[in-house]
Formats: sequence, structure tokens, C-alpha cells
Amino acid sequence: MSELELRQTRVAASADHLEARGRRFPLPSTLLAGAFVIFLGVSTVFPALVWTQEPNAIEATEAFEAPSLAHWFGTDESGRDVYSRVIAGTGTSLLIGVSATSIGLLLGLVLGVLASFGGRVLDFGVNRVIEVMFAFPGLLLALLVIVVYGPGPVTATVAVGLSTAPGYARIIRSRLLSIRSSHYVEAARVLGHPASAILARHVLPNALLPIFVLATLGVGQAIVWASALSYLGLGAQPPAAEWGAMLAAGRTYLAGAWWLTVFPGLMIVATTIATTVLGRALVRHGSGQR
Amino acid sequence: MSDNTSAARAAARPPLVDVRGLRVAFGSHEVVHGVSLRVTAGECVAIVGESGSGKSVTARALLGLAGTGARVGSDRLEVLGRELGDASERAWQQIRGRGIGLVLQDALVSLDPLRPIGREIDDALRIHGRMAPSARRSRVLDLLERVGMPDPPAAARRRSGELSGGLRQRALIASALALDPPLLIADEPTTALDVSVQARILALLADIRSAGTGLLLISHDLAVVGRLADRILVMRGGEVVEEGTTDQVLGSPSEPYTRALIAAVPADRPRGTALSRGARTGPAPASPSADVLPRNRRGDAPLLRLDEVSKSFSAPTGRLRAVDGVSLEIHRGETLGLVGESGSGKTTVARLALALAIPDSGTVLLDGTPWSALPERDRRPARSRIGAIYQDALSSFDPRWTVARILADARGLRVPRRDRNGSATGIADLLDSVGLDASVAGRRPLTLSGGQRQRVAIARALAAEPELLICDEPVSALDVTIQAQILDLLDRLQRERGLALLFISHDLGVVQHMSDRVAVMRSGRIIESGTAEAVFTRPQHPYTVQLLADSPRLAHRPA
Repeated sequence: MSELELRQTRVAASADHLEARGRRFPLPSTLLAGAFVIFLGVSTVFPALVWTQEPNAIEATEAFEAPSLAHWFGTDESGRDVYSRVIAGTGTSLLIGVSATSIGLLLGLVLGVLASFGGRVLDFGVNRVIEVMFAFPGLLLALLVIVVYGPGPVTATVAVGLSTAPGYARIIRSRLLSIRSSHYVEAARVLGHPASAILARHVLPNALLPIFVLATLGVGQAIVWASALSYLGLGAQPPAAEWGAMLAAGRTYLAGAWWLTVFPGLMIVATTIATTVLGRALVRHGSGQR
Repeated sequence: MSDNTSAARAAARPPLVDVRGLRVAFGSHEVVHGVSLRVTAGECVAIVGESGSGKSVTARALLGLAGTGARVGSDRLEVLGRELGDASERAWQQIRGRGIGLVLQDALVSLDPLRPIGREIDDALRIHGRMAPSARRSRVLDLLERVGMPDPPAAARRRSGELSGGLRQRALIASALALDPPLLIADEPTTALDVSVQARILALLADIRSAGTGLLLISHDLAVVGRLADRILVMRGGEVVEEGTTDQVLGSPSEPYTRALIAAVPADRPRGTALSRGARTGPAPASPSADVLPRNRRGDAPLLRLDEVSKSFSAPTGRLRAVDGVSLEIHRGETLGLVGESGSGKTTVARLALALAIPDSGTVLLDGTPWSALPERDRRPARSRIGAIYQDALSSFDPRWTVARILADARGLRVPRRDRNGSATGIADLLDSVGLDASVAGRRPLTLSGGQRQRVAIARALAAEPELLICDEPVSALDVTIQAQILDLLDRLQRERGLALLFISHDLGVVQHMSDRVAVMRSGRIIESGTAEAVFTRPQHPYTVQLLADSPRLAHRPA
């Protein structure tokens, strides 16, 4: 082996070492995001474990109390504990976010696969459908669904899911098209692998893995949209402790009791950030970078 | 070509650039360790070295463009008589363009894709000078004329994406010459170009030098540099290991490294001679001819046969006949070289042979049985008989997969998760056969060097135990020394396994070194074919003659 090769091998060996280390130790931000998502999970499944009192327990004498040791996030106009209500709302908000994203992703996947595998005519048709859906602002499309089917958490979820679908469809379509014509798919064909194996081993994983991060981003986005609908009174209805509905209820007292809106808002932000950070970490893990 | 008198004349003139002990470091890592060089007017100095040798960083340091975070130190850094050792960014800006012009390898990324090239060139004039708009306009046309651009007024209105590679490179040179700099730095100016275009660009650079401009040429290829340079500096690991006139360096190199670089140039090297040092050559053949002849068992049916094959694609200008009535035969154990410039249809021939494209007319036969005419379902089981490697090995690997998984997949195996070095699945043996360590198995191709990636690609092709290997520009993206290693590897594997190779390249030197028989393609047709010896020593077609004349080769080799 020439000296040059030796040098390359040495450099490569240290890169290998780095790669192995990266796999063993996740970044601190990933750990933090993971911890927060676990906390959200516990709040969803066993909210009673983490809340400090009944979320709908009314205590008129303790109305509008600022955050304190007794009430971490303060109390609202009926003396209900805001922290406990935020915890109680986690399940609803997450459910809306995750289901809406799933609906959007699933619909996007169907449209994207139809467009990229269905031949020219179908591709043309699907593309026009996507364009028409794009032409409506997302929230307007959601409002349309709600006008037809009436307000409520389920309609809000479906509405948000529908309005995110064209974006996913377009990305999935272009990913599938570019991967199908990639050199590595061609190399697999040359090796004589059957089309089904190529689809399962190369095309779908490479197309869908990046979509997965996008979806984690989408969960946060969907929660924000669903909250917006609830804020407008078109999603979850009070007294349900959904984050968007809490924001809506707190807006009347914005000047005097900032904690009514700030803490549910912070939860939305934190959830969005945590799911995004975690999604990116998963993709890095999948592609072998740190 | 240089001679001693021109070198002596050059030494008498005041230098355009005089650098002593140039050091460039990134953080604590020094990449250039005390390089000294001088370029005088009308002289061409070449810096030759592999990627990572520090040659480009050295050239950029002369422009004050070593990069962010670079620390540049020197005993003397004199450009056009001004000491610029610790010059401000402002002082450098005055030197760039006006004092030194820069031509980069990839004109497509060096020119703004959204602006006509006339405006790109005009920019340099506008920013640095006080010429009237009409004077600038005629100057732009003059410049385009000077670099040999056909129809300058029309070309000035085109965007870089609308020009061919060669014309784009000319436009880039025109913009570098806009302010008449006394010195032009050209960093791999012809590396991505076809041989005939390369020859024309080199001729253009030679003209510019004759007009009195100093030229600093950076390249990894001694054969390219040999045509133009008066003096050559060989760089390795950030140091100049050898320096001298072109005749000295190419004719009687004193350093083993220089000799290795010269040996790596494949042109005019007989088939079967090792190009790289320490190459594992197989059992040495009794004599070269005895090695070549028995492999061409002419009596046998050809392994692959293309019979009057045509293929066309729809293009904006109508149907494009990419391949037009091509007939080829490849026999077991032989190498058929396919030469041609970009757009000549070489790659389409490869795709037809691999049955990735189906001919519009004509047939492809594998071992005397239908190949292109089969439905895909029937062809699939036989696909493993033909393997392929490509120019860009990295893009031919699934980015998520490790080397072990890539190779196991090619063998039709599943890799156990624990089997990181691939010992259980015979992957270590496969890696060993292409000269890679078993530790590579757990890595992803992204973390490998270009040469290592191509070795993995070859290992993958071999995993399916093919009889024919289709190599589409397999070494075009590699440095000369790495290219030499890969060519030696292919040669050894062919010897050991009796592989047939369809070797496609635009590089005549490489094809000459690798091939038993050669076919020359142009505009979708084969215009000449025959044994490598016949085609390269007695070319019949004028186009082949021209290609051979344009192809860079070393004028003299050390004994």
C-alpha cells in the first residue's frame, strides 16, 4: 500500500471513530427535547401524575392570582390552576396535532405516489388538484370544512390535516421522482434486483425519511393552527382545557393577567421546538451523521 | 514548449510575483509549509500536485483569498513590486482583477447564471475603471474576440448556462483578462473539459502567455502542464518537493514522488504495465503479447454484441439521435475501449448494453441470446452477468447504507447487525480483493475518499460475479495518481477473473492504456474501430487524428 493510501486510511479511521462516537452520545439538545417529549407523553396518558390540582376545580377566592409556589402558572378568572389546565390540555392538543399531521401526511402520500407512479395523465390530474388546494390559504380551507361540518375538535383536526396535505404531496412526489431516476436505483436494477425490492429498500426509505422530519415540524405547526381555530371559537370549545381555547379565553384579561395566555403559548412553542429537534436527531441518526 | 534560453530570459525580467517561505494555516493546522515561487512576465509556471497538496491554497494566498480563518505568513510576499505581507483587504482588492486575474475550473459556478456574460465581463471594467459605457462595450467585444469566442456580439448576450463548457471557460478567461492583468492564475482550467476543447483552451492560454502575460497554472495532471509550462513546481503535503524547468522535471526527475506522478500518466504506457507504485500485479505474463492475444478467443461467440443499434430521444429541437446504427462486439476477457467527447453517445451505448435503455432499432445480444428484446421479467435473472461502475461512485450508493450493506445487498445477502466488519458474509474478502481494509465495511461511502469510493463500486460490481463490466468514465473524477491505482486494480481483476470490460472514457490516454480494441464515437456513430495499436498508431479517420493530436501526453519520459 502506498504512503498516500496509508494516510487516507488513517484519516478515514479517525472519521470512523468519530462516527461511532456520534452514535453513542446524543447531543444535549436532543436529550433535553427527548425529556420534554416524555413529559408531554406522561401528561397525555397520566395527567393526574403531573398536575397539582383538578384542572376544572373552581376556587372563586383565588381568582387571578399571579404565578406563585402554590399556583406555578397562576390562576384564571374562576380560580382554576393554569398549570394543571395546561397539563390537562396536553392530550387534546397533541392528539389534534398528531392526527392532523397524520391525515395530511397520509393524503399527501396517496397523492404523491399516484402522481409519481401513475403515469403522465394521473400526474397531470393530481398536480392540478394540488395546485387548486394550494390556491386556498390553509386557514381558509380549514374554515370551509368547519363551515360545512360545524365547529369542534374533530372537524378542526380534519380541516388542518386537509390544508397541510398539498404541501406534503408535492414534496413526496418530487422526492419519489428524483430517487427513482437516481444512480443508486439504477445500480440496483443493474444488479438484477426486482422492482418491488428496489421500492422497499431504496425508494420509499429515502423518500420518506426526510418527510418524517417535516412531519415532526408539522405536528407543531398543526397544533398552532388548531389552536388558532380554537382561539376563533371553531375548534375545541371552552371549558375544555385545550391550549388554543385557553389562549382565547385569556385574551380578555391580557392586560391584567398575562399568565393566562403566556403559559399555554409557551407550551405550544416548547412542544413545536422539542418535536422538531427530536425529528432532526432521528434523521441524523438514520443518515449516519451526528 | 520551454527551452533553456526562454528560462534564462524569464529570470532576467523583474518578477510579477515573488514569494518566499509562504505559510498558510487553518487554525492550528498548517497546510502550506514555506513555499517559494517566482513568476515573471511571459512565463508560465505550473504547480502540480494531488488534491490536498496545498497547490490551490498557495495560488489563492497570492490573491489574498486563502479563505476565512486562514493565517497567511511569509518572509516575502511581493506582487507586482508591492509587498503585501500584511496588506489590508482594500489593498488586495486593487491587486485582484487589475493585477492578477483568476480562472477557476468550473466556469458554470464561477459565472453568475442569471446574467449575460457580456455584463459579467463589463462588471470588472465598471468597478475598476473609469471607462465610458461605449468604450466598455467595445472592450468586452474585443475580449471575447481575443479568447476566440465565435460571434462575440451574440455571445455577450448569452447567459453562462446557454454556452458549452469550452465557450464558458473562454468567457471566464475573458473576464479574467478584462483589466489586462500582468498575471493570470488558472486553477485546473481544463480539468472538466473534453480533450479537443482542452487543447483549444491550452492554446489560448499559450497565446496569452506569448502576449507577455505571466501565467501560474495549477493542475494535478503533468501531461496537461507539460505542454504549456516553462517551469514546474511539484507540491506534496504543503511543500514543494521538486522544482525546475519542464525539461528537467519531466525528463530527469530527481524525486521519487515526481517519478510516481509521471508514471501515473497512462498515455503511451503499454497495456498491463503498472501505473501506480506498489500495485499488486498478478502473475506476470510471459510477454506482453502473449498476455493480450490468448484472451481474444476470436473463435467464440462474442459475449455482448450490439447489432446496428439506434436510439433517439426527444429534444427541444426535435428528435435527437443519440446512438445511430452502432455495432460492437465484446469478447470474453478483452477490453473494448469506447472513446468520444461529451454528447457523442457513449453513455447511451452503456445504457443500451445494460438494457437500461431499449434500442429503437437493432438488437443487443448477450452470449448469442436475445438481451434487449427480452421482457424485463426474463432479463432480470441474467442481469448479474453484466456489472457497471460509474464516474460518480458516490451517487450510485444508497446514502443511508454502509459499505457492508451495499456489498451484502449486491450478493443478495442480508447483513447481520453485529457483523460490522463483514467477516461472516465474505465481505472482508471482497474488500480485500479491491485493496480495501475490512474496517471500511462499517462506514458510509460519504466518509470515504474518491478512490476508496470507486473501489467500493468495483467491489459491488464484482460481488455479483459478472462476466462483463461496463465502466463509464470510471476514473475521470480522480487525481492522476488515484486514477493510476484504479486502472491497475481493474487490470489485475480482469486478469484474475477473465472479465470483459467495456471501458468508456473521453481520455484517450486512459483508453489506450486499458484497451485491446478501441472504437471511436462521434455524434452517435462509430467512425473508427480496430485494435488499440492500430487506432492509436495509424488512425484513419481525420477526427481520430485530431483527437490524438489534442490529447495531452508527456513529450518525454525519464528512462
